[in-house]
Amino acid sequence: MTQRLLNDASAIPGKLFARLGILPFLLAIAVVVFALMSENFLTGRNIMNVLRQSVYLTIVSLGQMLALLTGGFDLSVGTILALSSVVGALTMASVHAAAPDAVWLAISVGCLAGIGAGTLIGVVNGIGVSVFSVSPFMMSLGMASVGFGLALYLTGGVPVYGMPVEFGDLFGFGTFLGVPVPIFAAIIVAAALCFLLYRTPFGRYVYAVGGNIKAAGLSGIRTRSVLFRTYVLCAALAAFAGMLLTARLDTGEANIGATMPLQSIAACVIAGVSLRGGVGRPENVVLGALFIGLVQNGMNLARIESYLQIVVLGALLILAVVSDQIRLRYLGSPGN
Amino acid sequence: MSSVNQAVGASCGSDSRPAVQTIGLTRDFPGIRALDSVDFSLDAGEVHVLFGENGAGKSTLISMLAGAIKPTSGRILVCGKQVEIDSVHAARGLGISAVFQEFSLIPQMTIAQNMFLGAEEVRRGMLNSGLEVRKAQEVLDSLEFRLEPGTRVDRLSRAEQQIVEIAKALRSELSVLILDEPTASLTSQEAGRLFRLIRRIKRQGVGVIHITHRIAEIREIGDRVTVLRDGRRVDTVPAASASNDELVRLMTGRVFGELFPKVNSNPGDVLLEAAELHSADGALNGASATVRQGEIVGLAGLVGSGKSRFGKACFGAHRLSSGTIRFKGEVITRPTPAGMLDRGFMYLPSDRRNEGLMMTRPAKENISLAALSGLPFSNGWVVNGRRERAVAEGLADRLNLSPRRLDLTTEHFSGGNQQKLMLARSLTRQFDLFVFDEPTVGVDVGTRAAIYEFISNLCGEGAAILLISSDLPEILMLSDRVHVLFAGTVRAELAGPDITEENILASFFEGEAA
Repeated sequence: MTQRLLNDASAIPGKLFARLGILPFLLAIAVVVFALMSENFLTGRNIMNVLRQSVYLTIVSLGQMLALLTGGFDLSVGTILALSSVVGALTMASVHAAAPDAVWLAISVGCLAGIGAGTLIGVVNGIGVSVFSVSPFMMSLGMASVGFGLALYLTGGVPVYGMPVEFGDLFGFGTFLGVPVPIFAAIIVAAALCFLLYRTPFGRYVYAVGGNIKAAGLSGIRTRSVLFRTYVLCAALAAFAGMLLTARLDTGEANIGATMPLQSIAACVIAGVSLRGGVGRPENVVLGALFIGLVQNGMNLARIESYLQIVVLGALLILAVVSDQIRLRYLGSPGN
Repeated sequence: MSSVNQAVGASCGSDSRPAVQTIGLTRDFPGIRALDSVDFSLDAGEVHVLFGENGAGKSTLISMLAGAIKPTSGRILVCGKQVEIDSVHAARGLGISAVFQEFSLIPQMTIAQNMFLGAEEVRRGMLNSGLEVRKAQEVLDSLEFRLEPGTRVDRLSRAEQQIVEIAKALRSELSVLILDEPTASLTSQEAGRLFRLIRRIKRQGVGVIHITHRIAEIREIGDRVTVLRDGRRVDTVPAASASNDELVRLMTGRVFGELFPKVNSNPGDVLLEAAELHSADGALNGASATVRQGEIVGLAGLVGSGKSRFGKACFGAHRLSSGTIRFKGEVITRPTPAGMLDRGFMYLPSDRRNEGLMMTRPAKENISLAALSGLPFSNGWVVNGRRERAVAEGLADRLNLSPRRLDLTTEHFSGGNQQKLMLARSLTRQFDLFVFDEPTVGVDVGTRAAIYEFISNLCGEGAAILLISSDLPEILMLSDRVHVLFAGTVRAELAGPDITEENILASFFEGEAA
């Protein structure tokens, strides 16, 4: 039925859809709709805003993509964000209080502590998934609870203040050549991941493990090690995003990142990353994350209530998965 | 469809038309004709044995009768009426049930739940478990098997599970029962019980199609035997008067043609020495073999004889509980695939889809996968994309990959060309020993010849080759020495003129060799 519809529709959009997936269409539709709804949407200022706001989701989604490529996923990215924020802020604030003059020492030690704490969650995830063969779903769901509880326990649920202002000034609000610093951070991360996935053996092994873990093993690839490193890397990226967000908020928060697991998986799936593993491209994932940022920004400008926005995001995710299924059927049909 | 089927009873009534009959039945798979214009008939109350080598078309034939696949052309008649069997459900409606080697039982459910799966007894919208148990008990009693309907299926032995499968088929009216190698994994005692059961349902007018590899069974249980070879029916003879010699001749008497190249073997030093291998799961029971440089050693045996596990165990892909593996003189205590590849040992798995290839990735990546961590493909940290492509293109040319598109997703290649991708992988590094596990399964004839040429060339260049195969001609024509495995041990070792079909087959089956 669907296939028939697709075949009957004029051939060019159909071919494009089969090749690129649903993302280009969604992007085009979103831009047109929001430009019509609000004249502020297509201004340079607003576009920069969208980019800056999407930085955190972009970095987390790139990490999430690694897990998805191996055929798993990471539901604990949200609490990794929160835990790194809390641990980083606590450390930074206490070093700053002890040695008020050594501002950059406080910032470096704090960032290391925050990213280290978040990465530790990934280490546990990695051990569970690779050594004990726990399903990624259970492992990361359990660690999500552990991380969130730890973050709340450390702070008692209240925001952490007392970080040096230079931290927020540079990593949260700083600009370089007129472009916000966090955007540079995201660009560097995206470029590094492209290099990792396309140009290194490890990147190829990530695709291989997701494509066919038995074939990878019989080809001499240490699949457990690949899985372990994948989850550690995913967590490290989420923790990095957590520190950037902490700089922007100027406080350490245990309550950030709750929407990250869903949004990062949505960004990946909309960008054509297969939930079965082995298929997906980092540059598309960046677009997927930008798309979600764009939709959120557009809905804000169009004054759509924030609770309704959550509904829209869930619906978009399902739409992306359904369209992926339709696309697979289209690709599999004779004549393609 | 099903409303028509209700009219067909357990037999064709008083008339003497066959319970099921095929006329010119043909089935094509991409690149291969699995069944070619086969005429076959089964009378009510008859046990008709299907006999032939792997790939002869037995499974294709019964799959079409059972509604699992559809014929390309030809007709199927049930009680003289032409029918179309487009699903397993439709076949059931016609009174045709099949018990395949892969059971369709759900292990966590009880016998009764399994027997009524898909046809549950319902009263006012609720399951009537009591009635199901009573009915299941009736069927089991009629088969004279003492099984408790409330027992979970995963608690049963394989033979008992087989009985439950048959009981499931008997749940509704049955006119044709198809058994696909039912005795393959049974002890002779269990097989005896199964045969008594077959005789009993035969007396009730049910026609039975029985597939077996064991020649002795044909006379024990069969009325007629049809021999298939290369998708064609060779002959149908009365089982009682068929001699072993005649059956083997019918099954294998082919002209080999130019399919097989002349192998220039030149045995040298011993490369691989595996002794007394026992696997943790019991599939290997003390199997041993040696492979020398410049020779092809064939490993023959039935499915489940452990021949594939043997290759995997030497490669480090199957857990061993004891045994010694010596490769190039070095004793290897805990082999791993990565370590064995580094030592020059290549294993190409039989199951391309599940163990060999990344179907969703481009062809190029499948070729280079085993060699990415070192030169010439990378310096260990960064992949040299241009070098990778150049090597992959060279191998694609050498193996005649078609289509020659290295960025094409692997699943879009034919079976034969997928196999070529695996062969290309084995040439990306220097290997001294190659284990080919069923290298020509699902491969068309043209590619088959190319693969044999490939193996023969490797051997001529001095590589050691272990050829694991269920395809007897392959073993016969290529091997310098042959080991026949049975139940995880080497039953026979043959060399030179002793490598004959009869000698190998004699060791294939339980109890037929000393």
